[in-house]
Amino acid sequence: MNGFTQVIHFLGGIALLFRDIVLELKTKPFYFKIFLKQIYEIGWKSLPIIFVTSACAGMVLTLQFGLTLEKFGGKIYSPKILSLSIFREFGPVFTSLILAGRVGAGMTAEIGAMKVTQQIDALLALGTSPIKRIVIPRYLGGLVAVPILCLFSCFVSIIFGALIGYFELNLDLFYFFYKVFETSKLHDFFSGYIKTYFFSSFIILTACYFGLKVSQGTYEVGNATTKSVVFSSVLIVLGDYLLTKCYWMMV
Amino acid sequence: MQSIVEVKNLYISFNEKKVLKGVSFSLEQGECLGLIGGSGEGKSTLLRSIIGLEHPSSGKILFEGENVTNLSEEEYISIRKKVSYVFQGGALFDSMTVYENLAFSLREHTDYSERKIREIVLYELKEFELEGCEDMYPVELSGGMQKRVGIARATISKPKVILYDEPTSGLDPYKKRNMQNTIMKLQKRGTTSMMVTHDMSTALRICDRIALLTGGKIKAIDTPKNFKESHNVLLNNFVKGIKQGENHESA
Repeated sequence: MNGFTQVIHFLGGIALLFRDIVLELKTKPFYFKIFLKQIYEIGWKSLPIIFVTSACAGMVLTLQFGLTLEKFGGKIYSPKILSLSIFREFGPVFTSLILAGRVGAGMTAEIGAMKVTQQIDALLALGTSPIKRIVIPRYLGGLVAVPILCLFSCFVSIIFGALIGYFELNLDLFYFFYKVFETSKLHDFFSGYIKTYFFSSFIILTACYFGLKVSQGTYEVGNATTKSVVFSSVLIVLGDYLLTKCYWMMV
Repeated sequence: MQSIVEVKNLYISFNEKKVLKGVSFSLEQGECLGLIGGSGEGKSTLLRSIIGLEHPSSGKILFEGENVTNLSEEEYISIRKKVSYVFQGGALFDSMTVYENLAFSLREHTDYSERKIREIVLYELKEFELEGCEDMYPVELSGGMQKRVGIARATISKPKVILYDEPTSGLDPYKKRNMQNTIMKLQKRGTTSMMVTHDMSTALRICDRIALLTGGKIKAIDTPKNFKESHNVLLNNFVKGIKQGENHESA
């Protein structure tokens, strides 16, 4: 299968998977405990890595903006630029890309291993739908956890950006936060926040699709995991461009 | 005797490769049918197609007279409550304990209280000589124990038909004998069984009829007694381990 055909298969596959999710959501049972467990797995367990990467992103961006603008006497604008870039773009995209690696890869490997060891077949043989038991709780868990992680990431980035502004750029902390909240309007925040629901869907659908597609042993699990991270990352950045374009067409 | 499963002129292909080329047989109520044949001849594929884990290219599968060949996944659920499948490797859910594996189908498909489920599971564990293993995870069990848990999980909901895929492979002679006894005990409960096996001693000891699948077709089907006395060349060659076309000396 060449690259183009593979992409078409992938897009068709995740569209069909999404259709199955919608159809099976209408019928019982709903695995509430597994759903809660997925929120814990995707959300709570990702907190440390999101904290570290968001803090670093906030610090680096503030430093770059501040030191570059300082040459033109414009370092006081760094809080404004930081808040807009974090809320609109960096927060949602950066968080989602990290989650595509941490959550997407793990999910594909887990489902792929279940496929190889015939556990998915066993679910079917025992009269249980894998979409209901495996995909839906993960999909909904992602829809709850990813936006919350994104919020968390944005605020961590701003806080650590402010600290770097204070220690490295000699900007007053109060001034920094004042400028952040003065600049960022609610629609700036929502334009980024809404994207996370799409990004979450891209990550989980891609991970489940590649996991369920595994059929030829453990070697394929590794391949599927790599593909899952690559395809979901590409979907996130492409989706980000399209969603941003839509946003600017609407405002 | 009345047929519980009827397979009529079944064809299954994977890509271009035809695996089953017009298989027909019937599984009578209460009998144990053994399916023997070389590796890669499609025995497991045939077994899997009966519960809809493989989809035929053409032909018919009737369960209790009802055509179940092209049912949707949703419609197959009702069939899978009546027909259980014992996987070759057990296919136990490795994230669940032995107890949870056994309780799975009861929790999924019955309204039993947890107390009643516990009673049933503990009884089955005793029946399969697995007492004390309820809190263990599949990875902590030996291969033989995993197979027994697999059978216990498949039989706990009292299915009408049990399909076994190589139930005695990889077991030492003592454990093999125990496994045969277990299957015979289930037969006495009135369950109908179909068993894929390479192990002639098991097939001859516990099956009421044995079918030879070779070249994608059922080439012989008879009682163990007639099988032993048969002058069918294909059958004798299979039992003696002689490949088609080889002579006795070279073998």
